[in-house]
Amino acid sequence: MKPIEMENVQNWLDAFTNKQVYIHVETTNGAYASHFDDKAYNVGAYVRNVQITFQQAKIVGDGNAHRVGLKTDNGWIYAEGLTDWVIHEESKLLLAGHDRDGKLMVALQISETPFDY
Amino acid sequence: MSVEKHVVVILPHPDDESFGSAGSIANFRSQGIPVTYLCGTLGEMGRNMGTPPFANRETLPLIRKQELQNACQVLDMKLQMLGYRDKTIEFEDRMEIAKHLKGILDEIEPSLVITHYPGYAVHPDHNALGAAAIKAVELMEVEKRPVVWTQAFARGFKDDLGEPDVVNDVLDLFEKKMEAILCHDSQAGGIIGQLKDYKKLGNDVLQQAKEQFGTETFYTWNFDN
Repeated sequence: MKPIEMENVQNWLDAFTNKQVYIHVETTNGAYASHFDDKAYNVGAYVRNVQITFQQAKIVGDGNAHRVGLKTDNGWIYAEGLTDWVIHEESKLLLAGHDRDGKLMVALQISETPFDY
Repeated sequence: MSVEKHVVVILPHPDDESFGSAGSIANFRSQGIPVTYLCGTLGEMGRNMGTPPFANRETLPLIRKQELQNACQVLDMKLQMLGYRDKTIEFEDRMEIAKHLKGILDEIEPSLVITHYPGYAVHPDHNALGAAAIKAVELMEVEKRPVVWTQAFARGFKDDLGEPDVVNDVLDLFEKKMEAILCHDSQAGGIIGQLKDYKKLGNDVLQQAKEQFGTETFYTWNFDN
């Protein structure tokens, strides 16, 4: 992946607007967080291949990290801490936030076809 | 180490076999004992993407599959992938997984199964697949059951479980074990990242690695409990 380029990402978000798309949303601090640090909590959430349609999408910059919000008919999808992006298989928008060690902390992915696995 | 007919290793993630059991596996193979790895998932949900990152959420599964195949080649063991998804094993029907595993065990007829100690193996997939593996052996007729070695490493596990009864000194297979671990390049980080060039390292780091990886311990599962 490469550092987020806001204008390019916004163009891709616009291209998915008002289409039925598959979503992958994820945030995690790993299954070992409280194993390595007994004061830490294991937290995470993960949604994959849920179909939605959003009417509006925006990427907002905040230093090196970014937030993306997707507005649907009756709700929102939102991710914070996104740092990198890539287009996978020419059609899938992958956004992810990595920590300083390169570990994934958060991901938001959008595709018109289902994600594998 | 014990003389076995066939050893089956049942763990959920590509790299679990190398970190926890590579020395024991290499020892069995050096005696000509067949070893088969039933690997639960492709580690699809791993957070490590390489250091520096070269994988992403969508490319990670195939990268880790290749790393798994490479590690199995280094350890000279057969590989069967079970096809579950990382971080979801505990939500599957345990009996279904147990029956799936029993079907494979009935074919291989191993004398020894290596898996995780349920409740003491930190990652939910470790605990769930370990429990399913034990259930699978329980479903077998008593005289056909293999011995089961379970691995524990949760914080304070010895307080609850006492000392492990199986202690394998695998220091003489350290290089083989490192070679297997380093196959999992996308997961290299922390101490493993430092160990990439372990042959050139100072003695203190090497010593730390040998202490961490030079012994593999297991609890023999007691089916009477």
